[in-house]
Amino acid sequence: MEPLMAITIGILFAAAIYMMLRRSIVKLVIGLILLSNAANLLIFATAGMVRGAPPLVPKGMTAPETAVADPLPQALVLTAIVIAFGVLSFAVVLVRRAWEIVGADDLDQMKDTDT
Amino acid sequence: MQTAVLGGFVAAAMVPLLHRWFGSRTPLVMALLPASLAVWLISQWPVIASGDVLLLEQAWVPGLDITLTFMIDGLAWLFAMLITVIGALVLVYSREYLHGHRDLPRFLVVITAFMMSMLGLVLADNLVTLFVFWELTSITSYLLIGFNHTDSAARKAALQGLLVTVGGGLALLAGFVLLALAGDSWSLHELVQRGDVLRGHDLYTPLLICVLLGAFTKSAQFPFHFWLPNAMAAPTPVSAYLHSATMVKAGVYLLARLHPALGGTDGWVITLSLVGAVTMVTGAFLAMQHTNVKKLLAYSTVMGLGTLTMLLGIGTEKALVAFAVFLLAHSLYKGALFMVAGILDHETGTKDVTAMGGLRHLMPATAIVAGVAGLSLAGLPPLLGFVGKELMLTSVLEAPFWRLLILLLAFTAAFLTLAVAAIIVLRPFFGQRQDTPQPPHDPSRVMLAGPGLLAALSLLFGLVPGLLDPVVGAVVTGMGAPEAKVHLALWHGFNLPLALSFASLVLGLTIYRLWDRLRAGLTRLAPLIRCGPEAGYDALMAGLVILADGQTRFLQNGYIRNYLVMTLLVLVGLVGHALFFRHGLAPDVTLSVYFHEAVTAGLMIAGAVAACVMRSRLAAVAALGVMGFSIALTFVLFSAPDLAITQLLVETLTVILLVLVLFRLPRFATLSTPTERLRDLVVASLTGGLITLLMLAVLSGERLPRISDYMVANSQPLGHGHNIVNVILVDFRALDTLGEMFVLALAAIGVFAMLRFHAALGEGVDRDGRRNLAPTEDDHG
Repeated sequence: MEPLMAITIGILFAAAIYMMLRRSIVKLVIGLILLSNAANLLIFATAGMVRGAPPLVPKGMTAPETAVADPLPQALVLTAIVIAFGVLSFAVVLVRRAWEIVGADDLDQMKDTDT
Repeated sequence: MQTAVLGGFVAAAMVPLLHRWFGSRTPLVMALLPASLAVWLISQWPVIASGDVLLLEQAWVPGLDITLTFMIDGLAWLFAMLITVIGALVLVYSREYLHGHRDLPRFLVVITAFMMSMLGLVLADNLVTLFVFWELTSITSYLLIGFNHTDSAARKAALQGLLVTVGGGLALLAGFVLLALAGDSWSLHELVQRGDVLRGHDLYTPLLICVLLGAFTKSAQFPFHFWLPNAMAAPTPVSAYLHSATMVKAGVYLLARLHPALGGTDGWVITLSLVGAVTMVTGAFLAMQHTNVKKLLAYSTVMGLGTLTMLLGIGTEKALVAFAVFLLAHSLYKGALFMVAGILDHETGTKDVTAMGGLRHLMPATAIVAGVAGLSLAGLPPLLGFVGKELMLTSVLEAPFWRLLILLLAFTAAFLTLAVAAIIVLRPFFGQRQDTPQPPHDPSRVMLAGPGLLAALSLLFGLVPGLLDPVVGAVVTGMGAPEAKVHLALWHGFNLPLALSFASLVLGLTIYRLWDRLRAGLTRLAPLIRCGPEAGYDALMAGLVILADGQTRFLQNGYIRNYLVMTLLVLVGLVGHALFFRHGLAPDVTLSVYFHEAVTAGLMIAGAVAACVMRSRLAAVAALGVMGFSIALTFVLFSAPDLAITQLLVETLTVILLVLVLFRLPRFATLSTPTERLRDLVVASLTGGLITLLMLAVLSGERLPRISDYMVANSQPLGHGHNIVNVILVDFRALDTLGEMFVLALAAIGVFAMLRFHAALGEGVDRDGRRNLAPTEDDHG
């Protein structure tokens, strides 16, 4: 699965960067969402993808009986998903405020600080 | 001594406080500092005279071999004496010169700091310490040249001096590093004993070039001489101190110090003697076109510095003796003459020698001082300048290379200098009485004390040069020629140097007679002179500004996507290069995939691509949702139930947020041209491809053992939890989670603030106009 994920993640990154290079601020936000998802997947997939072995300890035991998926990248990605959401909500609201005040959808019109 | 020097900096910082107590007498109080140091130095004389080196050890950064050790031998002693004695005299002099000046405290702060830097420079034993003091003198001299900071010419001259000397300083730093590598020591007193190792070392040529660049820029050698005359924008006490006796001699000091370590090779001899000789003539010749007394002196200082460099290049025992004598003679008469120039300026209100005349009747004491110092500059008996010049001409006759050429240059410089001396002394004080902007009279004794003492010393040492034998002997010992026999005398009998001296007297006086006509001729040559090295400096500065301007426009143009493209291309280039050459592009991986997994991946790709190409905002959000839920599915399939739950929750919230907010945002618009889209597509594909290749490279590499085995084994026993991921989040790496909560809280506060304080931000904005801009209709199509 990992090689296929490598290609998928590459495409996700490409899509994210393409959208971040657009001039429309809304497309920038979409690029941001794509980028955080791609990065999460990258961490998850690079650690090795294991089928049907979640990192859980069965009831009444002190350790899993068989090898389980690496829990550490999962913990990191979990944190990252939540933080990405926090950043996204901030960015969306910021973009909305900017649009309200500047009245411009085009990033090129926002390149001067004295607008 | 270290305490004294470092304490001097503290004293400098306390000047404003002292100024409150002592008022206009503060310069005299500050003069006590260098004066007491001079007394201490004199008390150490017996040690120095016996040929010993006084090492005052002091650690600074032991781990890096950087010490604050001071080394005092004859050479350092003479320089330190010049710095402290002339420093004290200049401070006394400045009491009158800057009397009542608004910025007197500032002047005293900087000049005291300069004095201490200069002392540190000549006493430092460690190369790094020496360099630190070297740069400190550059910085303090920048502040001193630009003392009249409201004058744009002064600012420009200050910057020019700084850039030239600091630029050379950079080369010097490289040279010091090479020197330390080649000599395997940062300590000067060790390096000077390893001359043979250094001269035979592979790094000798590059390190010599770097060190010489540093020394030549600092000591205003051709072609870097131009900054020194411009530095005359400084107040006269500064010129008298920095630009005659001390700072510009730092380069010469360094060359003298390194003479035993680096000197004597063909490269050293040819470079130093030729550069020195050319500088001599350039300085003396360019002096002719000026009527400003300070400029005249500045160019003659260039000439003096050239002489010193040339003597070090010749490097025979006689030349080193001549170096020591000329160094002392030059500091004495030049310091005196600069202070006289300041007196003239102060009393008459002009610096132009052609506007003065017959002042000897009005300022007899000044005239005597100027006359004595001027005779020494001219190299006439019975003054120390004469002894120095005779020795200089004698050693030129010993020059190992191009003896005739150097002799010719030295002779030219000698008679031109004589003419300069005549211009400076005869013009203002003799001849027809001329009216000056202010009615002149002799200044107070305080102001005359400095130049008077220096001139008197010139005369004393000239009449009884034997007094200097031990000092010169100690200096020459410090320069690596301990066997040199030093017997200075005023009269050497009828020989070639005397004949040359006489010829230069005749020629010099002739030039003085013809000076007015000569100057008119030189004015016609002015465009040619302006094409000199200074034009190169100006062109360099202009080019630098154009380059900075261009690259700022190119790199820092305010378009975020240009920054992004630039960053990504650099990333792709560097990482791709490393990947390709370290790893190759053929990944060693095996693919095992089930159909439903491939479909999930396909849905992810489809969702991402659709989000990019959809022209409706809702469709784009829906496509994003498809991608997000496919990712959640992947998490389910590959043993990450917690991630799947989180992803589902967050994805749902994201879609809701976007649907709520996005429709208050503008519609998608096509803003870019097809070419731009193609360019962005290429950049995006390159980056995406790099990520894929990187990941494949990681997968085909050898795996390191997991670090989470500890967590797997201890989740239940220590954390009392069966879900290992959860235990990691709240227990093993709880601080990460705490940080995450802070981030979320900050984002929430930000969102709240931006939504809540709506009206407050809009104050002063035309609300109606703003509403017109916001979209009102829906986009559910």
